[in-house]
Amino acid sequence: MHEQEIYAELTQVFRDVFDDDDITLSAATTAEDIPGWDSQAHVNLVVAAETRFGIRFRTAELESLHNVGDFVQLIATKRKGA
Amino acid sequence: MEQLAWLPVHDDLGAALSAARRIADPGERLSRAMHLAGFRRDFTATGRLDRLAEEGLAAPPARLGLAPLRLAILASHTVDHLVPGIRVAGLHRGLALSVHVAPYGNYRQSLLGEDPLLAAFAPQVILLALDAQDSPIDLPLDSPDGAVEEAVAGRIAELRHLWRRARERFNAQVVQQLLVPATPPLFGSYEAMVPAAPRSILDRLNAAIRAAAREDGVLLLDLAAQMAGQGPADGLGDPVRWHQAKQLVSPVMAPLHGDLVARIAGAVLGRARKCLVLDLDNTIWGGVIGDDGIEGIKLGQGNPTGEAFLAMQRYAAQLGRRGIILAVCSKNDAAVAEAAFANHPEMALQRGDIAAFQANWNDKAGNLRQIAKQLNIGLDALVFVDDNPAERDIVRRELPDVAVPELPEDVALYPTWLGAAGYFETVGFTADDAARARSYAANAARQAVLEQTTDLEGYLRSLEMVLTARPIGAAELPRATQLVNKTNQFNLTTRRYTEAEMQALAEDPDALALAIRLTDRFGDNGLISVVLARPDAALRPGEWLIDTWLMSCRVLGRKVEEATLQVLLEHARHQGVTALIGEYRPTARNGMVAEHYPRLGFTPMAPLPDRPDGTLVWRIETRGSRPFAHPIALDTTCTNRRSTRN
Repeated sequence: MHEQEIYAELTQVFRDVFDDDDITLSAATTAEDIPGWDSQAHVNLVVAAETRFGIRFRTAELESLHNVGDFVQLIATKRKGA
Repeated sequence: MEQLAWLPVHDDLGAALSAARRIADPGERLSRAMHLAGFRRDFTATGRLDRLAEEGLAAPPARLGLAPLRLAILASHTVDHLVPGIRVAGLHRGLALSVHVAPYGNYRQSLLGEDPLLAAFAPQVILLALDAQDSPIDLPLDSPDGAVEEAVAGRIAELRHLWRRARERFNAQVVQQLLVPATPPLFGSYEAMVPAAPRSILDRLNAAIRAAAREDGVLLLDLAAQMAGQGPADGLGDPVRWHQAKQLVSPVMAPLHGDLVARIAGAVLGRARKCLVLDLDNTIWGGVIGDDGIEGIKLGQGNPTGEAFLAMQRYAAQLGRRGIILAVCSKNDAAVAEAAFANHPEMALQRGDIAAFQANWNDKAGNLRQIAKQLNIGLDALVFVDDNPAERDIVRRELPDVAVPELPEDVALYPTWLGAAGYFETVGFTADDAARARSYAANAARQAVLEQTTDLEGYLRSLEMVLTARPIGAAELPRATQLVNKTNQFNLTTRRYTEAEMQALAEDPDALALAIRLTDRFGDNGLISVVLARPDAALRPGEWLIDTWLMSCRVLGRKVEEATLQVLLEHARHQGVTALIGEYRPTARNGMVAEHYPRLGFTPMAPLPDRPDGTLVWRIETRGSRPFAHPIALDTTCTNRRSTRN
C-alpha cells in the first residue's frame, strides 16, 4: 500500500470520526489543527484506523502517535507485505 | 456473529449520513437518524448518527412518537465513548434518551454525598456500571470459604445501600451492571475449586448481585452473558483500550453495548415487542407444505435439517410459554397449513399456541396488519420472522413499525440470532405472563361461543365473570407497572411510571392504586386493568383525579369498565371523596376511549390548567350517580386506608 493510498484512506477515517467532509491531512497535522480531536476522539481514531486498515496498534505504539505523519508511517510499517 | 447482525445492511450508509447531514430542519434530521439507526452500523457510523440526531433530540417533534427517558450512568470506568451507541440504539427502539454521565469513579459520592448536577438531571433510570477492578476483593489465595463469603456479603451490603439511596433520592429504577472478568483464570478449569481465586470471587459476587437485585427490584445489565452469546468473548473488552483509556467496553463494541442498554430502557418504558409472527415454509419446517405434503417436509428427529427446524419450533414455543404471543403469517392454503399443525407428529408448536393464524395468498403486509388488529396490539409490537429475504424487504418497506430480523441462511442459527436481537427484553416476569398464551387460546374459545350466540347479554352472563379489585401491593406491582407502560389503546391518559414511581403512588394514603383481575369460566384473564386516582392541585379538596385508567384490550366489550367504575366509586366514597374527575388525553393510539367517560355517565367540565392541548375533562359525583348494569360479580375489599393507618 502506497503512502498516498494510506493518506486517502486515513482522510476518510478522519472525516467519518469527526463527521466533517472538509478535513484534509498532511504529515504535520496534529490535534491542534482539528477541532474535537481530544483524548476520547483520539481513541476513536485509533480504533477506526485499526478497523479500516485491518491492523492492531500495540500499547507501546499508541504513545508514539502525535501527528498524522506518525499514523501514516506506523500504518505503512504494519501493512508492509499485506 | 457480527454485532447487530439482525439489522439489515444499508447499501451505502456513509453516503446516506452525509446526505442527511445537509437537511436543514433538526426534526427532519432526527427522523432520518431514526430510520438509519435501524441498519447495521459500526461505531463510527453510530457516532455520526448521534451527531445527526443531537439537535433534534433536544426537542423531538411529537409526530416521531419518541418516548423520553432520562438515564444517568454512574461508572467506575470510562463510559463517555458508549453514550452515542446508547442514544442511537434508543432512537431505533423509539426512545429519546437523555444521558447524563457522572464523573468517572465518583459513583459513591454521587449517591451518598451531594451531586447537584445529577440531582438537577433527575434521572429516571440509573445504570450503575461497575467493574471487577473497582474495589476488588483481594484475599490470600488460601483463604477459606467463610472469609470469601464474608467479603462478598460486605460488598453486597454496600451495593444495596447505594441502590436504596438511588431509589430514595431520585425515585429512579436502578440497573446494575454485572461484573465481567478482568483477568484470565489462575487455575484453569480448577478455578472454581479455590474459593479465593479471582474468578471464583467474581462468580460469587455476580451470583450475590443477582439474588439481591431480585429482592430489591433492581434490573441487571448482564454484559458477560450477552456477549458470550455473541461469539468471541474477547470482543467486549480490549486490554489495550483498558490501559489506554480505562474503557471496559471497547469502542468497537459500542453499538452492541448501546443496544443492550437501550433495550432495558425500552422495557422500562414498555417499548418491548409482544408478538412473534412466524412464516411457515422453510422457517418452521423445511420444504413447502403445499408441494411436498406432510410426509415431504423436513421436521423432527433423525435428520439434521429436520432437527434444526424442530429446534427453531421449540424456541418459539418456549417464547410462547414466556408470554410472547405467537402468530403465523404465511403464503399458503389455509387448510393445508392447518393440517400440518393437526397431523404432523413432530410439531413442537401446537395450533393452540398460535393466537392468530393468517395463511392465505394475500400480501404479507396486509396479513400482518390483520394479525395486529385481531390481537388488539400495535404493529410496533410485532416481530416477523421469514426465511425469504425478498418478503423481509417488502415488509420492512411497507410496515416500518414491524421488526423484521435479518437471518442467516442456516436455520440452525435462527434461534441464536432471534435471541441476540433482544426484541423481548422485559423488566419483570409474572404468573400472568406465563398464563398469557393460555389466555389467548381461551379467547379463541370465547370467540367461538360468541359466534354461536345471538344475544350478547346472554353470552356475557354465560361467561360467569368475576372481577377482583385489590390495592396494588408488592405482588401486583411488576405487572401493574408493565401494563402502565405498554398499554397504548385503552389508556385514557397514557401516563408512564417506573416501578419506583408506581410504588410511591401505591403507598400514598391519600391516593388509590387499584389492580383489577378478571376470571371467567374459560380461565383467568390475569391482571387486566389498572386505575390510579389521587388528589390534584387543580381540583378542590375532597375530589380525586383519575390519573390513569387503562385496560387490556383482551377483555374489551365485556362491561369491565362499568364494573370497574362501580368499584372505583365505592373506594372513593369510603375515602370521603365527593367527586371523580376523569381526563382523556388524546394520542395517536387511544381514540377508542375518547367517549369512555361520557359513556359511563360523567358530565363534561371546563379544562384544567396546564394540560396538553386537546385534553377533555369530565366529572361524576360519588353520591347519587346511578349504578350501571353489568353481568360481573365483584370481589373487592374496600378499606379506608387513612383510618386504618392511624
